[in-house]
Amino acid sequence: MENRKIRVLIAKVGLDGHDRGAKIVAHALKSSGMEVVYTGLRQTVEQVVNAAIQEDVDVLGMSFLSGDHMVLVPKVMKALKEKCVEDLMVVVGGIILKKDIPGLLGMGVSKVFLPGTPKAEIVKYIQENAPRR
Amino acid sequence: MKNLKNSKAKWEENTLKKALERSPERQEAFKTESDIPVKRLYTPLDLEDIDYEADLGFPGEYPYTRGVYPTMYRGRLWTMRNYAGFGTAEDTNKRYRYLLEQGMVGLSMAFDLPTQLGYDSDDPLAEGAVGRVGVAVDSLADMEVVFRDIPLEKVSTSMTINAPATILLAMYIAVGEKQGVPQEKLMGTTQNDILKEFIARGTYIFPPEPSIKLVLDIVEYCAKHVPRWNTLNIAGYHFREAGANAIQEVAFTLADAITYIEKAQERGLDVDYFAPRLSYSLGCYMDFFEEVAKFRAARRLFARIMKERFGAKNPKSYLFRIFTGSCGSTLVTQQPINNIVRVTMHALMGILGGDQAIHTACWDEGYAIPSEDSARLALRTQQILAHECGLCSTIDPLGGSYYVESLTNEIEERASRYLQQIEEMGGMLAAIDNGFVFREIQESSVKFQERVESGERIIVGLNKFATPEQDGVEEQDIFQVHERVETTQKQKLRELKARRNQEQVKVSLRRLKEAIDRGENLMPFIIEAVKSYATIGEICGIMRERWGEFKAPTYI
Repeated sequence: MENRKIRVLIAKVGLDGHDRGAKIVAHALKSSGMEVVYTGLRQTVEQVVNAAIQEDVDVLGMSFLSGDHMVLVPKVMKALKEKCVEDLMVVVGGIILKKDIPGLLGMGVSKVFLPGTPKAEIVKYIQENAPRR
Repeated sequence: MKNLKNSKAKWEENTLKKALERSPERQEAFKTESDIPVKRLYTPLDLEDIDYEADLGFPGEYPYTRGVYPTMYRGRLWTMRNYAGFGTAEDTNKRYRYLLEQGMVGLSMAFDLPTQLGYDSDDPLAEGAVGRVGVAVDSLADMEVVFRDIPLEKVSTSMTINAPATILLAMYIAVGEKQGVPQEKLMGTTQNDILKEFIARGTYIFPPEPSIKLVLDIVEYCAKHVPRWNTLNIAGYHFREAGANAIQEVAFTLADAITYIEKAQERGLDVDYFAPRLSYSLGCYMDFFEEVAKFRAARRLFARIMKERFGAKNPKSYLFRIFTGSCGSTLVTQQPINNIVRVTMHALMGILGGDQAIHTACWDEGYAIPSEDSARLALRTQQILAHECGLCSTIDPLGGSYYVESLTNEIEERASRYLQQIEEMGGMLAAIDNGFVFREIQESSVKFQERVESGERIIVGLNKFATPEQDGVEEQDIFQVHERVETTQKQKLRELKARRNQEQVKVSLRRLKEAIDRGENLMPFIIEAVKSYATIGEICGIMRERWGEFKAPTYI
């Protein structure tokens, strides 16, 4: 199992319809050789957590551009814990205020990517930090 | 022209060559943001193919390249219409009255996501989104507050609302009635453009067929009863925000327009009966001349389609009336004050492009709900351009520019080729269904991002001239604002449900359901339902039950 490709779920939780960034990131990760699934818009917390389990992913990346991350991320983290999902790295990106970052990290998010982050930086972070199975 | 050709060759040989030998140009080749090659110099030689009367003509006359009205800004300035709306109806009413006091002419209403998706503020799916990206409207009671002390016979209102557009228009009609303004006198716009929601903006609810039916219900109802209403604003802006280039933006907007017009004709409506009340939205990116040329090309191409394809006779059917504004994705969160300059350029593109309404973004809107100060500055930007800079003294001042006319031709030609391609696939619905439109936009989006990351496309403050610390930004605590809004809105909803006439609500919703099943125009039934204070969630709930919901495919 040494060479199992890193599996990533890119998700849009909540009602926000902006997914240009999510698709760019999904495309970049895919191009770098990872297996990437994109949920599409408007997923509920349950849908995302179930998709992460079904797709057996190593990384869950969520994108937020409408300011609801401090409401939805805690719910996702809680649901993951309830379903005993371990070995899953969660990253978050989008329009996120700097002051929210410590809170997100405190909930168990590994990394927050702010607007303007180069794709290569995200790819590298995931390559280096994704849990290997 | 022959002489000119010779002199140009001489200039190249004698003057230019030496200069290039001494110091080469900054780049080997130059191109527009949409990859149109840009020459070193444009001369009358580039306009040889242009027939002035057939291709440019006169303002207010076919093919409208130089403007849709005979006097343009000499007669009346464009409508300064900045997008606003947040929190509760009370918050938004206060902001609207402030903007009107500051000299804004038209309102542009932003709704929160639950409203745009037909959920009440107390719906579990609405949690975290109530009042956040726009105002929360659950029922007519909220709309009444939004427009308190705002006279609807004087102010025009553009509503960025799509899937539930029928419901918000019904509420607006009801508010007008309460103010004593009959629907015949109401002025404004419902965006009501569901196709671009499927493609790029994401706030669709129902499957395509009933969705288009709702669009046409407004088109038909207003043609008869609300004659000054712009029923459908066909928008390319959102394709741009999703990553499309200027050419794709024009092509996909016109392809959507063609689809709506054909569907309306299938319903038995005459093109000249409804087309005069269609309006259009295109965005402003950063390539100044390309954007100006885009507006001119879109006007001309649209007029040609209306005449040649649809055989429209009413000159008003030919008018591609444009609402434009800053594309949010051109704004940068690094050194955000720089956005003021970008927004000024957007307004200038709209003005020199001859557009009918302009939105200027607030420099801080990437971070928070814009402050009163930044909202005023966005408006002042337009006012300065309108009154201090001599931009509005003559019509289409860039008309005749060798470069701009060449670009106008090029954009029209390239957009026409796209339209041809879409036609061959079986039209826009087929091109959406088979993924073509999504793939085209995604490809442009990826290309743009790669250029930014390679440094080929410079964005000041981001990939060049970056500074380690951000200046002048105070991050608001919008989370607390939000909690207050959600609680208030839920409370208002509980009170409303306790005080309205339940029986009346029940009856109006049942009548709506029956009308859906009979396939009638739903506007009268929706007006009745909103007047009974049925909520947006209840009304959309009936539609969801009858039509189901749509899940769009994803392409990465």
